[in-house]
Amino acid sequence: MAIDSLVLGAGQEVGKSCVVVSINGKRIMFDCGMHMGYTDSRRYPDFSLISNTGDFDNALTCVVVTHFHLDHIGALPYFTEVCGYKGPIYMTYPTKALAPLMLEDYRKNMDRRGEDEQFTSDHITECMKKVIPVDLKQTVQVDKDLQIRAYYAGHVIGAAMFYAKVGDAAMVYTGDYNMTPDRHLGAAQIDRLQLDLVITESTYATTIRDSRYGREREFLKAVHTCIAAGGKVLIPTFALGRAQELCILLEDYWERMNLKVPIYFSAGLTIQANMYYKMLINWTSQKIKETYATRNAFDFKNVRNFDRSLINAPGPCVLFATPGMIVGGFSLEVFMQWAPSEMNLVTLPGYCVAGTIGHKLMSGKPTKIDLDKDTQIDVRCQIHQLSFSPHTDAKGIMDLVKFLSPKHAILVHGEKPKMATLKERIQSELGIPCYCPANNETVTVPSTHYVKADASETFIRSCLNPNFKFSTYSSVDKSYLDSKYSKAASGLQVSDERVAEGILVVEKGKKAKVIHQDELLLMLGDKKHEVQFAYCFPMHTERLQKTRTEELPSADTLLCDLDKCTLINQLSMKLSNELSDANILDLGEQLQVESFRVSICSKNSCPHRLSHSVHNDSESVFLCCHWSLRDEKLAWKIISIMKSSSPHTT
Amino acid sequence: MKFTCLSKGGGFHFSPCHMLNVSGFRILLDCPLDLSSLALFSPVPVAHQAHESLDTDSVIRKKQKIEKTLDANDLVHAEPWYKTVKNLHLWDASFIDVVLISSPMGMLGLPFLTRTRDFSAKIYVTEASARIGQLLMEDLVSMHMELRQFYGPEDSCFPQWMRWEELEVLPSELRKIALGKDCEELGAWMPLYSAVDVKDCMRKVQTLKYAEEACYNGTLIVKAFSSGLEIGTCNWTINGPKKNIAYISSSIFVSMHAMDFDFLGLRGNDLIIYSDFSSLDKNMENDDTYFDPVTSSSGRDDVSNLEEMAASLLKDDESAEEIEKLVFICACALDSVRVGGSVLVPIDRLGVVLCLLEQMSLLLESSSLKVPIYIISSVAEELLAFTNIIPEWVCKQRQEKLFSGEPLFAHVKLIKERKIHVFPAVHSPELLTNWQEPCVVFCPNWSLRLGPVVHLLRHWCSDPNSLLVLESGVDADIALLPFKPMAMKVLQCSFLSGLSLQKVQPLLKILQPKLVLFPKDLSCKIQISEANMIFLFSENETLRIPSSKESTDIDIATDLASKFRWKTFKQETITRLEGELFMDHGKHRLLSGFQPANSKQQRPLVHWGSPDVKVLLTELSKMGISGTIKQVTDDAKSEDDAKSENAAAIIDIHDPEKALIDVRETGTVIIAANENLASHIVKAVDIVLDGI
Ligand SMILES: [Zn+2]
Ligand SMILES: [Zn+2]
Ligand SMILES: [Zn+2]
Repeated sequence: MAIDSLVLGAGQEVGKSCVVVSINGKRIMFDCGMHMGYTDSRRYPDFSLISNTGDFDNALTCVVVTHFHLDHIGALPYFTEVCGYKGPIYMTYPTKALAPLMLEDYRKNMDRRGEDEQFTSDHITECMKKVIPVDLKQTVQVDKDLQIRAYYAGHVIGAAMFYAKVGDAAMVYTGDYNMTPDRHLGAAQIDRLQLDLVITESTYATTIRDSRYGREREFLKAVHTCIAAGGKVLIPTFALGRAQELCILLEDYWERMNLKVPIYFSAGLTIQANMYYKMLINWTSQKIKETYATRNAFDFKNVRNFDRSLINAPGPCVLFATPGMIVGGFSLEVFMQWAPSEMNLVTLPGYCVAGTIGHKLMSGKPTKIDLDKDTQIDVRCQIHQLSFSPHTDAKGIMDLVKFLSPKHAILVHGEKPKMATLKERIQSELGIPCYCPANNETVTVPSTHYVKADASETFIRSCLNPNFKFSTYSSVDKSYLDSKYSKAASGLQVSDERVAEGILVVEKGKKAKVIHQDELLLMLGDKKHEVQFAYCFPMHTERLQKTRTEELPSADTLLCDLDKCTLINQLSMKLSNELSDANILDLGEQLQVESFRVSICSKNSCPHRLSHSVHNDSESVFLCCHWSLRDEKLAWKIISIMKSSSPHTT
Repeated sequence: MKFTCLSKGGGFHFSPCHMLNVSGFRILLDCPLDLSSLALFSPVPVAHQAHESLDTDSVIRKKQKIEKTLDANDLVHAEPWYKTVKNLHLWDASFIDVVLISSPMGMLGLPFLTRTRDFSAKIYVTEASARIGQLLMEDLVSMHMELRQFYGPEDSCFPQWMRWEELEVLPSELRKIALGKDCEELGAWMPLYSAVDVKDCMRKVQTLKYAEEACYNGTLIVKAFSSGLEIGTCNWTINGPKKNIAYISSSIFVSMHAMDFDFLGLRGNDLIIYSDFSSLDKNMENDDTYFDPVTSSSGRDDVSNLEEMAASLLKDDESAEEIEKLVFICACALDSVRVGGSVLVPIDRLGVVLCLLEQMSLLLESSSLKVPIYIISSVAEELLAFTNIIPEWVCKQRQEKLFSGEPLFAHVKLIKERKIHVFPAVHSPELLTNWQEPCVVFCPNWSLRLGPVVHLLRHWCSDPNSLLVLESGVDADIALLPFKPMAMKVLQCSFLSGLSLQKVQPLLKILQPKLVLFPKDLSCKIQISEANMIFLFSENETLRIPSSKESTDIDIATDLASKFRWKTFKQETITRLEGELFMDHGKHRLLSGFQPANSKQQRPLVHWGSPDVKVLLTELSKMGISGTIKQVTDDAKSEDDAKSENAAAIIDIHDPEKALIDVRETGTVIIAANENLASHIVKAVDIVLDGI
């Protein structure tokens, strides 16, 4: 059994995330994104690799979309409405609610760029009708064999990591995630799962970030300095996600500093989005959730709608404009107007896809940008790059992979050289085989398969009987990842010889059976033949002699009970000193350690003696030992301890 | 498995309650309160009535036990106590392992449990039920505080009214409430829990989403599936190593507010506990028998047929009828306000209230009457805000509203437009400045003993133009006693509270259980043709359900299994197990351990067969060990009369060292002074015997 992962996008790059995973006969497409850096066919994943006949309904079991960013959902309307996929599509409630806003905003901007429309407004509507919304943690039965489940991923509202399980094989596809909480969202949360494969994003494969607070302050300082000098601040963002996060940050700052400079939302960033956010408050951070009844964090007081006529209005302002990364549309229009003035500021997110103007601005300090053959933009404004990001850093990725401990890992959604470094770390530090496939490559990893057997009551009971080695593991020792939810997910683990008392029996044409070794002979119809060890050896003790001479004047061959007990007691003390972890039972006349028993032999001719011709030493006693096969090693150790305790032994 | 029905409950507000024993765990299903028993008490008395209640006439009449029509003075004038499930207090709360809560109503009695010492059970509730249930409990506590202020602190832990001499003089209707039909229920009365108890209770609750897996003790997996009755209500599946159980509480296929009854999620379970008693409450006009459980299930229905059946269950739904009821109530309300009367709606069913609010404001708007709608409750504001942030818990049509960016329920807009006003209490200053009659008021409590309804009912009860809308199931005669004479019109309306019996059979056909636990009280209304798959239960009787499976499933990882050392005997191939056994999510799994397999002992530990002494000697000599056979018959060492080959023998080893092998029919004892030699002898013995 194997799991095949065909990477159709985001292989060694960021953009058009799309991985098609074949797992025990099911085929799941994770994400269906577009690449913002291309305007030709390279912008979409190469769907023909899924099915060259275009029969996607039979080729795929379902499509799962992790969040509303265009690099994860941008190709979905094209795939369903133009390519004709009609099967089930799963995404979380917020993603289903907000994705149309993102797609519509993008589509409108593309119109202005004068490109071929790839999908229409109706396409978006029709596409979204096919989407089945899911809640976090809900176990969704896609069909009889395939189960999927969403886990909170942070990143943007509604972002989810998806778990998929078919038969015994299971995997997680993370999408984009954040391991630290931000202004409006919590940190990613997942259960400890048994996984064959984890496919994780690796945007910041080598970055380690320190506190978020200082970085936010840097951003606020840059904005404040600009507006204090009468400049204009342009914040190009996509319709949802970053815009709300930064706006919460600015609102808070405006209130504290008592600032009156207007904050504008461009047309794409309708205040309407806030209506959605208000209903989806359960998907935000704990802090925002707690205060919703009194003050909804998405009721922005200082925010106004922007009008094109305000572009060249005098005075400072802050403008959120779509689309992000300045890929075109309105944010480009404003950028062309504001970039030539050194008073103004453009704030860019931590990551811009190659090929966008945002990316050009971040790589070096360009003074001129060629838009096309005829248009050139003078860039004299200041550029501020946000150093906080809704993506996890390298430590977060390592933490997650370590926590999930899958049998294999695949990195996507990152830059090739950095991914190679991370891959090395995962392999060497965590010992997990890791892969970084390029686009259109397939990675095949083996998957778990179990032999199903019926276990007998006796075996199960003997295993579940608590003993001192028995451990129950619970969330207490689990990491922070699932601190809230998996309290119930405690289990038992039996790792001692009791498992080895089980016998697996396979008979042609019958289900395999696990029975306890005591049940085996009954089943086979044979009689048990007990194989044991015995050894009766003489031992000399001075203590013994003393007792005898004082209290028993006649050289009697019999020892009194008291003496026996004293000797056994001495041995017991000796053994407990030497065998610290053994369970020594002092039964008075007999000593017992597991199956090993020793007692003082009073028989004249014990069958377990090898030499009966003791040198008639009246100061010697015989120690009669017997034990069973499983304690062979232990028994010899005890015998050597007993022998060494008396130098006079024969 | 054992099952005991503690109480079949009564109506929407008093859920059934059961105790289930499965895989060694004790599970309590729901923990409701019987708020209908509040009818026993008098609501907050108005000043002059308080004196009247003590007049000598009534005392004398009481003493004389003259049976006559009830009046308000017969009610108990004391701080009310609350009636819990009658049989629950017979069980030791500390022995409960798991509590499953199906609805907000099903958790109203929970603080009584959670505050008992040694209570340590895990409580599972859906997120939405937990929040709504908490608000209901907080409201109950706050309404009760109002009464307590009137009566002052209780001076005895055993109130006056509970003394036998007092109970004996109660009129029979009221005595039945106090003592129950069999006079056994006095122990079920409790003084109400405090706000701190509620908080503590909520801290002990683990909330779940629909279809979220929760694993108890690594053994039981419980999952909640929408039941459609109310926002957040659910049915449960309980999966243990040997039992798969589905618990069906009152369910509604298609709801106007809550997410639909997710019956498909309950498929694949062997046993169904059917606990929807709602059809008991209805007055069945015809005695049609509806039930023909799965007679045709011998051949499994094919998938398309199942889908068809499922669709039919959802299709002929009662929701159209429910909408008609709401429209009718609104029409009656409109008639009242037209003639200057006010409308009082003490209905405590969240979904019904939310839908009524929408209907009512629509109708008022179209009638161009400027009549305000007031909602008065200490938790109304929070409850209304909450209903708008839970798209994951509401019906499909309302989810569509999220996707088009509209509020889930219209009250958000109506409150903004000031068509609906929300106040925490009748005496809040905002209410006094806004108050305007005629008006429509929604407020608790349906028992008519607690909350704002008491004041408003007193205010309007003599107005023939005003209207009181009650849920059916409330005993209006007793409930209205304190407000008599009533000139006010009363409209009593029943709302859909569960499955209708016609749908039970098709439902079971889809779910295909092997066994069904069914209420005996309902069995007379249905026809039972396959008695062997139905177990009938009634209150306080314990049913024992035999286990259907003898053995437990165990999964062995293939990579581990491939390393096993197999031996073949007769038909069977056998091997000793290795690895580590994990018990998690109800599954036993054997996985490769951390120790490398070869570090473990590889020698057989169990032997069988009869050793051939000569062969043993040959094997020993191959190892360089030589000895001689001394035949013996038994313990007595008579060496010469050895009779059979298999008789006991002693092998005397003399090279390389002295050792003895005592071989008998049932066992072999190896006597050696040296570990190495002993171990070699065992190897030889392994060869001549069968073993593992
Ligand atoms: Zn993203
Ligand atoms: Zn992304
Ligand atoms: Zn001996």
